[in-house]
Amino acid sequence: MEYYNLLKGESFNQKVMLDIFEKMCSIRNFEKQVKKAYDEQDILCPVYLSIGQEAISASVSSSFNPNLIFTQHRAHSTYIAFGGNKDKLVEELLGRDGGCTKGKGGSPGVQDFEIGMFGHHGLIGENVPLAVGAALGAKNKSVLCVFGDGAAEEDYVFTAMAFAATNKLPILFICEDNDLSILTKKSERRNWELTDALRAVGMPCEDICDDPELIISTVNNLKTNLPAFINCRTCRHRWHVGTGQDGSPHEDRLEIFEEGLLKRGISQSEIFKIQEKTKIEMEELWKKHLQKQ
Amino acid sequence: MEKTLAETIRELTRKHLENNNGIILGQCLSAVGWVNNTVPDTKNIVELPMTDVAGGGIATGCAIVGRRPIFVVRFQDFMFLNSSMLINYSAKSKDIFGVSSPVFIRALATEKKGTGPVHSGITHSIFMHVPGFKVCSPMTPGEYEEVWKNYLAGEDPMFVSEHRHSFNQVEEMPNVIHQDAQITVYGIGYSRFKVKEATDVLTREGIKCNFINILWLKPLDLSERILNPLKQSKLGLVVDSGFEISGASQSVAYELMKQTKIYVEALGAGDRSVGTAERYENGTPTTKKIVEKVRELILLRS
Ligand SMILES: Cc1ncc(C[n+]2csc(CCOP(=O)(O)OP(=O)(O)O)c2C)c(N)n1
Ligand SMILES: [Mg+2]
Repeated sequence: MEYYNLLKGESFNQKVMLDIFEKMCSIRNFEKQVKKAYDEQDILCPVYLSIGQEAISASVSSSFNPNLIFTQHRAHSTYIAFGGNKDKLVEELLGRDGGCTKGKGGSPGVQDFEIGMFGHHGLIGENVPLAVGAALGAKNKSVLCVFGDGAAEEDYVFTAMAFAATNKLPILFICEDNDLSILTKKSERRNWELTDALRAVGMPCEDICDDPELIISTVNNLKTNLPAFINCRTCRHRWHVGTGQDGSPHEDRLEIFEEGLLKRGISQSEIFKIQEKTKIEMEELWKKHLQKQ
Repeated sequence: MEKTLAETIRELTRKHLENNNGIILGQCLSAVGWVNNTVPDTKNIVELPMTDVAGGGIATGCAIVGRRPIFVVRFQDFMFLNSSMLINYSAKSKDIFGVSSPVFIRALATEKKGTGPVHSGITHSIFMHVPGFKVCSPMTPGEYEEVWKNYLAGEDPMFVSEHRHSFNQVEEMPNVIHQDAQITVYGIGYSRFKVKEATDVLTREGIKCNFINILWLKPLDLSERILNPLKQSKLGLVVDSGFEISGASQSVAYELMKQTKIYVEALGAGDRSVGTAERYENGTPTTKKIVEKVRELILLRS
């Protein structure tokens, strides 16, 4: 929570913060429904939950409006935060023809061309060179590319980002750094940070935690000077794949954010209203699709 | 108690790492069940970063200085990334530079349950296509021991096409030969389990089928053991879990045909991408599909 202090100088925009909170609650409640449907075997494909990591996409989406979006397997959060069609996401997870890839991509392959979001086929980090190529080919389209700390190690990731820096391509790269690749911690895999490597090729970089205010101010600073990279530290609550959990997570950004909002004078009842509204919305969304069976 | 295939792999690996100055490299080896319990918790384990291109090169580098590395690729589709240095250096260095580079490549496959576009592939035929590799697909403890012995005795990199659905296998898989069989069905890799089921069904129906296991894909075993049943039944089918078109099943069928001048067909996965939902799966031909194919071939002949 000390990060709130970092931002003392900036004015607190209540509406923006409540929007972000609502998006985070939407994602959390959506994912809870995914867990339920998966545990009850309504969902038969593997699922990659964003629970715990909601703040990143919720915050980035409030200050950056890309033409094209490239994500990897853990992307329900980005899909929802940027306004992807939730009905099609539910249908996709249920493996149906009405899904956003007609049931072919499943949880890791979600896409929605209405928001410029392309599907991920499954090779971690593939979305980085693809995003770079899309920015190169499309010309003057802003691009968001989200990947993980594991994917950051893939051979083709740094090279593609350096190419983006060389060619000044308008891409905002975000690493959702949960310090895990499946279950292996970063310290067991490498002794370097991608921010350090990218500074060497002249790309503006920040390494921050997933506090929404900090994310927004960082995105605002960087988005006028793309390409840029934000390594955003976060905490995955559930298993890499599936809905299980190993012990309780060391941090819940949603809870921390809620406390922060209270401290800023937002009332408990207003917060509760948002939590209830998103909960009911997601319950009804899932109920509607499950009843269709 | 007899060992499962997974336990066999783990114990062979343990011996190699502890007594033979061996080394094993791969991603997330120690996490999530130690690669389906096939990796022992001991020394000489190298956790690679998620570096699916350089990884094959790092393993190759270990091999050229004599470490006999086991290189684990958790899903065979990732071979399209990892294979670059294996195909271009490991497989060629003996010929070109006189330096052998015996990497033991453990390429794991799986299928079904939504494993989808990039976790359900079989890529052994790519390694048959390029020179320099030995290629095999062991499905039983005894076969794995044979493969391992062969690897240690030789100098070639070896592509070992594994399938997670066989890791609990304890028993060996003997060939089944009938005096008056109407067809000889060859199985490659995991498809052998389905071929065995199919040939049992057909034989019960009165269509006698020989069932032959193909362990070695390259060099392909063309011994009497493999050819004689075909010469007797005068019709053959080769089944594989990988893609049929230009794949192991077609290649082996052609070799058998060339050797015997007897008609042999191929059956493998269809020529289309795999999707996540069940209706888009496209892996090992089902027992039903193999049964139908055999019936069709026999009808065609008569
Ligand atoms: C090229 C490639 N190598 C390995 C994998 C296996 N794999 C799937 S997800 C994953 C972990 C990726 O970690 P990270 O990028 O940090 O994303 P997170 O799951 O933490 O969101 C791995 C290694 C893969 N899908 N693709
Ligand atoms: Mg991660």
